[in-house]
Amino acid sequence: MTERKNYTFVLVGIIAALTIAMFISVFASSFPDGLEKVAENLGFIGNSREIVPESFFLIPDYTFRAVGSELWQVSLAGMSGVLIILAFFGIIYLIYKAVNKKR
Amino acid sequence: MHIPDGFVDLKTAVFTGVISAGSLAAAIYKVKRYFKTKVIALMGVMSALIFALQMINFSIPGGTSGHLLGGALAAIILGPHAGAIVIAVVLIVQAFVFMDGGVTALGANIFNMAIIGVYGSYFIFWLIRKISKSKVNFFISTAVASWLSVIAASFFAALELGISGTYAMGVTLKAMVLVHMIIGIGEAIITVAVIVFINKVRPDLILTGEGSFE
Repeated sequence: MTERKNYTFVLVGIIAALTIAMFISVFASSFPDGLEKVAENLGFIGNSREIVPESFFLIPDYTFRAVGSELWQVSLAGMSGVLIILAFFGIIYLIYKAVNKKR
Repeated sequence: MHIPDGFVDLKTAVFTGVISAGSLAAAIYKVKRYFKTKVIALMGVMSALIFALQMINFSIPGGTSGHLLGGALAAIILGPHAGAIVIAVVLIVQAFVFMDGGVTALGANIFNMAIIGVYGSYFIFWLIRKISKSKVNFFISTAVASWLSVIAASFFAALELGISGTYAMGVTLKAMVLVHMIIGIGEAIITVAVIVFINKVRPDLILTGEGSFE
């Protein structure tokens, strides 16, 4: 497998992830999910507790608060999530390369 | 089905936390054996993609929605060990950045979606795949494994709620499994679609080698 071909799938994958997280996410259904619905129906949704204060979270509830528009709040939240995850694996990638070069 | 804080009690949180941490440690140990740049790159792309797909809630009848969990998708493409790590990373980022899934329920959520969802679906996939190595059976195995993985994850989520005393075990189990039997259909459709696509353009990216047929 050539290096070039690997760059292609990484690039295509990143573009796909960003497109879905930024532009398709705004069309997502806002109905409660399966667990929330069951919790509502059975009446234990009120058991949900905020153990960690909301101010601790960078982007609570997928709402990027720095912008006003609701659509952009979701879009930028999605973009941030994708980039955070890519950054995490990017760091592992770089560490792996650095360690293997030394050997 | 990200469990929020307050739904699971301390003993359930600690117990699932310990099992999840242990399973992930074992997964990391196993993955290190075949770790190379291509695997890391694919893990990163899959993790980002599954995070993005998890944002897309689709409506099901009854004013409910569901979204992809991605356990079967990750397991079939990356193998169960790398797959579990990928889903766990998504869940950790969701819990600590997006307030999606409780911080104290993280162990339970990782157990349901990254351990049961990934290893469970891979086991079912492997079992059905034993019948035939044909292309058709590859897609059947993928569909059944992804559908069942959602049901299994919801079963364990309900079990944890029951053990925590949040609500009566039997009622919760029935309600959770029933609604996720429908949500699981969405999971199966999306998983098969993504795998058909990858199998067509880059079968070598299905690292489990299942994308080649006899």
